[in-house]
Amino acid sequence: MAGKPKLHYTKGRGRMESVRWLLAAAGVEFEEEFIEKKEDLEKLWSDGSLLFQQVPMVEIDGMKMVQARAILSYIAGKYNLYGKDLKERAWIDMYVEGTTDLMGMIMHLPFHSGDTKEKHLALITERATNRYFPVYEKALKDHGHDYLVGNKLSWADIHLLEAILMTEECKPGILSAFPLLQAFKGRISNVPTIKKFLQPGSQRKPPPDDKYIANVRKIFNI
Amino acid sequence: MSGKPRLTYLNGRGRMEPIRWLLGAAGVEFEETFLETREQYEKLIKGGSLLFQQVPLVEIDGMKMVQTRAILSYIAGKYNLYGKDLKERALIDMYVEGITDLMQMILMFPFAPPEEKEKNFNSIKEKATNRYFPVFEKVLKQHGQDFLVGNKFSWADIQLIEAILAVEEKIPAVLSGFPQLQAFKIRMSNMPTIKKFLQPGSPRKPPPDDHYVETVLKIFKN
Repeated sequence: MAGKPKLHYTKGRGRMESVRWLLAAAGVEFEEEFIEKKEDLEKLWSDGSLLFQQVPMVEIDGMKMVQARAILSYIAGKYNLYGKDLKERAWIDMYVEGTTDLMGMIMHLPFHSGDTKEKHLALITERATNRYFPVYEKALKDHGHDYLVGNKLSWADIHLLEAILMTEECKPGILSAFPLLQAFKGRISNVPTIKKFLQPGSQRKPPPDDKYIANVRKIFNI
Repeated sequence: MSGKPRLTYLNGRGRMEPIRWLLGAAGVEFEETFLETREQYEKLIKGGSLLFQQVPLVEIDGMKMVQTRAILSYIAGKYNLYGKDLKERALIDMYVEGITDLMQMILMFPFAPPEEKEKNFNSIKEKATNRYFPVFEKVLKQHGQDFLVGNKFSWADIQLIEAILAVEEKIPAVLSGFPQLQAFKIRMSNMPTIKKFLQPGSPRKPPPDDHYVETVLKIFKN
């Protein structure tokens, strides 16, 4: 047994990508077992490994953890990326919920087609520009620190960088009105562990392509 | 200023109800402001109180907290309903996330088109009976303790009793295959703070009716 966390998911971003980001940013090496066909998922079911019959599942510290938020909260807490007290946690939680909502919209985009896809992309752009990014721009402006909460790198910063890059992939130039977020993006991308994760050959997964989406539909019956 | 938390939401369950439950079960008195018109909501947004322009909003300990999960985590942490260490937190988080997925189906139920109601009803019944309730039945059976995690009352227990009662409102005999959950339900309902919350005149809100659905659509149209 390696002792490293082991991630069970399809070989793509989905709901596991934020977990990969957080572990990588924390400098934690991890292994991955990919669900490539329906039989792989069925085996996890019959083994009793999935508490609610769903993935993501992460084997960590003797637990088979499910539910992305629970997994992320555990990792953040374990690796001191969750603030110094309850109030800092509260701010980190609020910020992360916002970026989760934004990334959730983007995650659904490939499952739309034609007209609805265009509309959905327009909604993503509108929300990113008017609802989400202004909040983080203002937070950085108000305190003038390098990080969102408590003047220290936290889960909120890692999640925001992930959200920025993901939004830029579907709408380049989205940060044009947000100078502090542009600087933030540069700064956080240069954190050594994150820099490493952003390089080719890391465990970061590419954006979903049609082949990936088709396989996901097949495996999960959606 | 009373020092009590103040909840701002519609006069109905929605996404605020788990927060009312948690505060109620923790024995914490709170005040409520009810949104009844679109104008009120727009005023709240203009005033800058809503970080992501959304409710629930809970004013607590000098913060204007938004995002249901962030609010619930803060309250659970503050009132010692979040386990004794990271691993107990992890279990509580997993259980709560699973229950939240089930509650989400119930939350969305009144807003689906009439032709989908039967399908959605069956889905709730199927998921409650085959995916969620068996997990908690097994947990209680395996450790034989009164509470889900760490032999101590926690957020997970409160979330579960809320869910059991909500599902029973739709499917009265849903607990028939779950003797542990039947006993759990009685036990939790008799805890003094929860017993009080279950009595008429408490802040607990009734199931959504047509008027509530209309109000939601009116206020949140976008």
